[in-house]
Order: sequence, then structure tokens, then C-alpha cells
Amino acid sequence: MSISINLKKKLKYFDIDISCECPDNSMLVMIGPSGGGKTTIIRMLAGLEQPDEGSIIYNNDIWFNSSAGIDISPQKRKLGYVFQDYTLFPHLSLFENAAFASKNKSEVEKLFDLFRISHLRNRKPRQVSGGERQRCAICQALARHPKILLLDEPFSALDAITRRGLREELRNMKGEFDFPVIYVTHDINEALYLADEIIPVVQGKIDESWIARMTERSDSGNRILKAAREQKIALAY
Amino acid sequence: MDFVSLYVTLKLALVTTIILMVVSAPLAYMLAHAEFPGKSILETVIYLPTALPPTVIGFYLIIAMGPKGFIGKGWGFVTGGSLLFTFTGIAVASSIYSIPFAVQPMKAAFQKIDRRLIENAYVLGLSKYSTFFRVALPNSLSGIMAAAVLVFLHTTGAFGVLVMVGGSIPGETRVASIAIYEAVEMMDYRGAAMLSLCFIPLSFIFLLFINKLNRGN
Repeated sequence: MSISINLKKKLKYFDIDISCECPDNSMLVMIGPSGGGKTTIIRMLAGLEQPDEGSIIYNNDIWFNSSAGIDISPQKRKLGYVFQDYTLFPHLSLFENAAFASKNKSEVEKLFDLFRISHLRNRKPRQVSGGERQRCAICQALARHPKILLLDEPFSALDAITRRGLREELRNMKGEFDFPVIYVTHDINEALYLADEIIPVVQGKIDESWIARMTERSDSGNRILKAAREQKIALAY
Repeated sequence: MDFVSLYVTLKLALVTTIILMVVSAPLAYMLAHAEFPGKSILETVIYLPTALPPTVIGFYLIIAMGPKGFIGKGWGFVTGGSLLFTFTGIAVASSIYSIPFAVQPMKAAFQKIDRRLIENAYVLGLSKYSTFFRVALPNSLSGIMAAAVLVFLHTTGAFGVLVMVGGSIPGETRVASIAIYEAVEMMDYRGAAMLSLCFIPLSFIFLLFINKLNRGN
């Protein structure tokens, strides 16, 4: 059981051309410099942008296949998507937001307990902190029982302490996700901390030399390689 | 004082506002968020009443709403009646005349919605239709209220289009602006002054409301 991705798309300054696979119970982290096409890849996975060519296959379900003319709408892909910054609906309370796509209110209550935001259930998004909003956004995505969870730099707008706390919470919870999780970040520490598998994406492609270049420039690349050995992270390139 | 014309004016303004809120909201949303062939032509047609003299609009509406016009013919086929010189006729005419004042602020309000909110709704499984009602409308209420107020005020001041399409039938098509004009023609300055005076607090209160809405935003 996995999601397999093979996508091509022409962008203004470079082309995206990427193939990878992410199994259930696994977190694939796409790392790379900003503006390298990571968000576009995630958006294509969600069905919010159309690839020029390729395929997205979740188990045996074809979500996208350019040669067969198949393009399943985002509504039907049944995925969880946590955006870069706050996309909670401002007119709804946090609980209404999280329960937006869920019929099971008690499950949303449980998620709120798990993410320690039950006491904020009646507050509007503007009345809570950035970290609390992102906790709610994750609850919203999980309450839908997604087939796959996409997280697009979900903690990048938060301060360092909150970011570290949420990163820890996510890692502790990771074992309970029985679906593939694809996480996009440009933060090497975040990638090392969370990933089961890391893919370096530079200018829309998996760039094998990126680690080596990072190694030359700083010790970040070394840290990735060391962590990969210690934590058994499969470097996908 | 001609209270009846005042009543017809307020009734017409209310009916026009209701018609335009229902018609313009999906139209404005489509113009704000969808790309389709002929979009700029459609938009230009919608805004045309702001650029044309009211008498020109009135003339074309007489043609279209007359027994041989496409609106009049369709209406006659469905109801057996005529649109010209009726309250329904002036309601249709004033809706066409005021449509830019509904679409423009609504479109601006829909454009202000963060695109990611709409995308989040899609990812959460909402259809485009449900997204419009559950996400777009509640997050554009101030723009929709502003549109309603503008349409209401614009309709209370309409004259040229209404007099051409509806004439001046007391209790049916004679609105206050026509009654004021007729009073002045008959040298009834007192009657004209009384009716005119009614418009000042009405316009003042509504414009104050719009101002508050804008400040709130």
C-alpha cells in the first residue's frame, strides 16, 4: 500500500520532473531550497494544479494519468492537506473548523484532546496563537480520515520554540498514522527529526548532488548523512 | 404629500435589492474566481448601464420588454400579461439598470477571499457549490451588505429608465423621483420639497452604514 508519483510540469523558470513512492505508515520529507517546486509538487498531488504529464497512483486508484486522461478532483482524492500558513475558515470556531469535513464530532473531540486545544474549541482562529491554529489545521486534516496526509511547511510561520514543540508532537504521533505522509520543508533539522525517507528537491528534480554541495558548503550535509546512518533514514536519491 | 409614490419607491428598491442579491452573488463569484471564454465581454455587458444614459437604457428596455421583444415575448408566453407599465416591468428594468452596483462590490469582496481558503474547502471535499455557500458567502458579508445598500440607494434615485418603461401610474409605477418631477412641473413646490426631504435622511443613514462597514474592514 503506497502512493506512487511520477510527475512532469513546465514552470516559468524550470521544469518539474519527479518520481518517487511513499508507503503507508511512512513519512517522506521533501527538502530543498525555497522556490524549488516542492509546493507545486504537493499541489499537484492534491489535485489543485494539473501536471503536464505523468501519473499519481494511490494503491490501485489512479488519481491522475495524463495518457489515460484521468484527473480526479481534489474533493474525491480524500486527502488531508495542511497549508504553509493559516487556512482555517475565519468565520467558524476552531471546533467547527476541525469538524468541517467530519460527521463524527466525538472523533474531533478526541483529536482536540490529543492536540491539547479542547479549551479553545469555541474561539475563532483570530483569537488564538499561530501554533494553536496549526494544531487545529492538523486536526481538520486528520478528522477527514485521509488516504494520505500532505504537510506543506506547516510550522514555517511559527516561532522557534512553538515549531520545536509541534515537531515533537508530530513525531510522537507519527506511528499512529496508517497512511503515507508527505512533508515539505526547507529546514534540515525538521527533515532529520521527522523523516523516514528524505528526498532533496532542487529546481523541480531530485538532485543527488544537493547533499554533496551542502556538505561542501556547511556541515548540514554531513549531518544529514550521519543522521541517515544513525536513524536509518533511507535517502531516496 | 404623495405617500403612495414613496411606498412604491421603497417597495421597488427592496424588490430590486432582493433580485440583485440572488442573481449577482453567483455571477460576481464566477467573475472573481473563474476563467472562461468571453469573461471580459460578459463583464463589460454587466457594467454597460454605468456608461449609458438612462434614457438609452430605457429605450432598449422598451424594445426588449415590449410585446415583440425577447423579454416581453417570454413574459407574455408564461403569464399572458405585459411587462411595460407594470410594477413587475419596472422591477425588471431597475434590476438591469442597477446590476453593476451589485456585481462590482461583490466581486471585489469575493476577490479579497484568500484563494487558499477556497482550495482548503475543495481538499476537504466540498463541491464548488457548497464552497460558495459555506465559505465564500460568509467571508464576504460586508461586501454583500455594501452591494445591497448601493443597489437600494441607486434604485430610490432612478428616474429616466423607470419613466420610460413604467410611465407614471399612481400606486403602480409612479415612484417618488417621478412624483417630484411631476410636482415641480405643476408648480407644487411644497409637495416636491416634502418628498425630496424624505430622501436626505434615508441616503444619509445608508451611506453612514456603508462607511461603518468599510471602517470595520
